[in-house]
Amino acid sequence: MPEWELRHREGVAEVVLSGDWLTRSEEAHAPELARTCRKAAVARISFDVSRLGRWDTTLVAFLWDVRRAAAAAGAVFDPSALPHSARKLLDLLPAEPGRKATQPQHHLRPIAWIGREAIRSLSALGGSVAVLGDTATGSLRLVLGRARMRGADLFSDLNDAGPRALLIVATVNFLVGAILAFVGAAELRRFGAESYVASLVGVAAVRELAAVVTAIVMAGRTGGAYAARIASMVGNDEIAALRVVGIPVGDFLLVPAIVSLSLTLPVLYLFGSFVAIGGGLAVAMLSLGSTATEYLRQTIDAVPLSDFLFGICKTIAFAALIGATSCRTGLQAARSAVAVGQAATTAVVLNIVGIIALDAVFAIVADALGF
Amino acid sequence: MSEPILSLHEIAVGYQGRVIQRQVSFEVRRGSIFAVMGGSGSGKSTLLRSMIGLLEPESGSMRFSGEDYWSADARKRDEIGRRFGVLFQSGALWSALTVGENVALPMQMFTRMDDRTIERLVQLKLALVGLETAVELLPAQLSGGMAKRAGLARALALDPDMLFLDEPSSGLDPVTARRLDDLILDLREATEVTIVLVSHDLPSLFAVADDGVFLDVQAATAIAHGSPSQLRDQSTNPKVQAFMRREELELPNSLPEEQRWKTRGRQF
Repeated sequence: MPEWELRHREGVAEVVLSGDWLTRSEEAHAPELARTCRKAAVARISFDVSRLGRWDTTLVAFLWDVRRAAAAAGAVFDPSALPHSARKLLDLLPAEPGRKATQPQHHLRPIAWIGREAIRSLSALGGSVAVLGDTATGSLRLVLGRARMRGADLFSDLNDAGPRALLIVATVNFLVGAILAFVGAAELRRFGAESYVASLVGVAAVRELAAVVTAIVMAGRTGGAYAARIASMVGNDEIAALRVVGIPVGDFLLVPAIVSLSLTLPVLYLFGSFVAIGGGLAVAMLSLGSTATEYLRQTIDAVPLSDFLFGICKTIAFAALIGATSCRTGLQAARSAVAVGQAATTAVVLNIVGIIALDAVFAIVADALGF
Repeated sequence: MSEPILSLHEIAVGYQGRVIQRQVSFEVRRGSIFAVMGGSGSGKSTLLRSMIGLLEPESGSMRFSGEDYWSADARKRDEIGRRFGVLFQSGALWSALTVGENVALPMQMFTRMDDRTIERLVQLKLALVGLETAVELLPAQLSGGMAKRAGLARALALDPDMLFLDEPSSGLDPVTARRLDDLILDLREATEVTIVLVSHDLPSLFAVADDGVFLDVQAATAIAHGSPSQLRDQSTNPKVQAFMRREELELPNSLPEEQRWKTRGRQF
């Protein structure tokens, strides 16, 4: 138990230390010391350590307080009786503990905030347009056969975005189709129209859901991965190295990403549509007693080929969006581990919102064109 | 060689409106090894980033062989940029590519050489830095010293007129750092490349640099010009002296807290 006692007479105060001063024991403070010293007009503070047991930096922290109290009271601090190593440690400490570096204060000012956010959104928009421009020129170069993209990069991106995504795309779409059939049948039964379940599932899946759901799955899976990969490249100075050598970042990073997604997403969408129809079929057969032939004939009657083309166009647009947004989010990341995670999360969120928004645009345009 | 290969005139650099160094002017002679020196936080790396085209200076001009860099258009800047090579502090190798592919990429992008020629040149550059056995390794498989040497080989890929080295000996043990110094000197002799190096490693500075500039954080400008030995022997500025001799410096107590650092009871 650390103990200390202040004995003073005739202007000389002696702090008697006893017991063990260890971090495991209770803390001792010297709050009253400055006032006591001043009141007693103490001119000098010294120490008696004859009863001091084991000690560690807890003692040094206390001594630091005492030294400051002495300075505040205008008394001389006499460390001569203290253990040698304690004195050396005390020597290393400044007279006053340093002022902590504060983070800049953020006072909430609504108008300034609005202005700042407006500027930030506009420059973000500008950044996206710049990235799309970069991608467009890169893709143009690709088409004209003058691309500087590495074949190896495209191949590995294709592999990652394509075959490896089949299982998750299949699972999700199967469940979507099944749920549609289940819920749809329940409602249609009220009008005695359960036989239309097949058209419901077919149209909904092919025109809307398969494309959107597949794109969202890929946005989470592949978009997040691209953003994180590029964000770590930023932290490792690899992007700076590309810029310095003069290699256009667009060609090297964005084009393979967007091209590979544009090639695989439509295929995954088609695959997903069929699987979704299959999911609906499973439910129809199990709970409605429908036969496969009936169901599939209904589907074929209800879903025109143009709906597939519509879906394919949408997925190509989604692919460009996912590639560009993910790469851009990665490029804007700060240089820390936290930033890599944030880049991935931001990319996924932006992608999902963008996909839904783009889907709405497509729906409106299709409606306006009478499609 | 009347014209310096690089000249800076009244350059000011900073981040987000905060100017870290201002009115920095110096000239780098062809074939010299020029050191940008200064304490931590003095803005050496910031200045370097602006010299290699990553950060536009707040004011001032920079000329490579007489051509103004920052007022040129993007294409011209790219063209000028291809005449120099950069070694980043961490090597900054492209992690998805092997060492050989790292060195080859600039050649593949900017020259019309066929693959076999490129392969031979890659072997040559790697052999120059002593890494010919590491061609197939990935950056993650390299030690710190090897990564730096690989970065140096990549910086040499397009046979540049100038090399910029950012803290080349940071993180290296004394023996490896010494070997890198020797390599830098050998390269200069063999290829007559001009080298600008940012460093605060005194032994390296004394070993390789034959000209330089000293940046000070408080004055926020260059306070001395000359080679490290000249600065050590002839400078009258106490900060320069203290840095070059690795001595403690008696500073007035009016320094802000974060710049005072007590050790063994003394301040520096």
